[in-house]
Amino acid sequence: MSDTAYIATAWIATFGSLGLYSLWLLRRGRKLSRSVPPDERRWL
Amino acid sequence: MTVDNPTTGAGRPPGAASDRPTGPPTTGSTATRVLGVISLVGIAALVVLGVFLTPADAELGDTIRILYMHVPTVSTAYLAFVITAIASVMYLWKRTEFWDLLAASSAELGVLFFALTILNGMLWGKITWGVFWRWEPRLTTTAVLMLTYVGYLAVRQIPNDTRTRGTISAVIGIMAVVNIPITHKAVDWWRGLHQEKTIFGTVDPDMKGLQLFTAYLGLTVFLVLFSWLLIHRFRVAWLAERAADVGVDAAIAERRAERAVPSSAGGAS
Repeated sequence: MSDTAYIATAWIATFGSLGLYSLWLLRRGRKLSRSVPPDERRWL
Repeated sequence: MTVDNPTTGAGRPPGAASDRPTGPPTTGSTATRVLGVISLVGIAALVVLGVFLTPADAELGDTIRILYMHVPTVSTAYLAFVITAIASVMYLWKRTEFWDLLAASSAELGVLFFALTILNGMLWGKITWGVFWRWEPRLTTTAVLMLTYVGYLAVRQIPNDTRTRGTISAVIGIMAVVNIPITHKAVDWWRGLHQEKTIFGTVDPDMKGLQLFTAYLGLTVFLVLFSWLLIHRFRVAWLAERAADVGVDAAIAERRAERAVPSSAGGAS
């Protein structure tokens, strides 16, 4: 692998992982919100 | 943090009760939306600057582009672990669910950012040293630190009552933070392959202009992104606890209903 490939892997892996984790977090929050009464999720 | 303290109800208007069915069906709020937009714009700017616009370093060459992420991820991970330690102390003092969930949420994010730090470091090491990993002081202490916090998260998965779980994990969360200065100072205390410390250290004097700007932009972007993630992670943890309560309440109600039916049927006969 060339240096460029290692550098590209670093950027893609970092923001790819953070993106996937963020998506998982938002979807889990949405799913849990449906099973909890509204006044338990009154974010200010 | 811009979250209500759900444990105490602090921040809610007096008299506001469950008859006011407000609350978004997500973990989002105005604050998180602002942080989210700033994060996205910042990431886009960081990619453009870090990958395309900044010049290669005279000494490090193009590998400096990995350091634009490596340094912010490790800084963010350290910050997350420190927040875990502080929240753990607060939990042992106040004994409220808020501090326990904040500690756990921050630890999970710390592990994520630290894993990315190690990955970026391995890729940088492969280019610079010719190997992904070497058991030298900084990398060894880094591995120990990572395993400690993976252990922290594992302990939280052991079935236990919330108070016992909170107490055990708080003690681990406080003890584990001691590893941070050891990892950070490893390059000074023992001779190894790793370059001298970058954060509060000695690399920055050689950086200037666009390189230096990109380095600090990276730190800022990851800090904002971490704030956004922490708020959402805390709210998910809070919702998970409430969902579990709802499940237990439903099971109790169902059990009571089951017991009531035979007794009423028996009374009728």
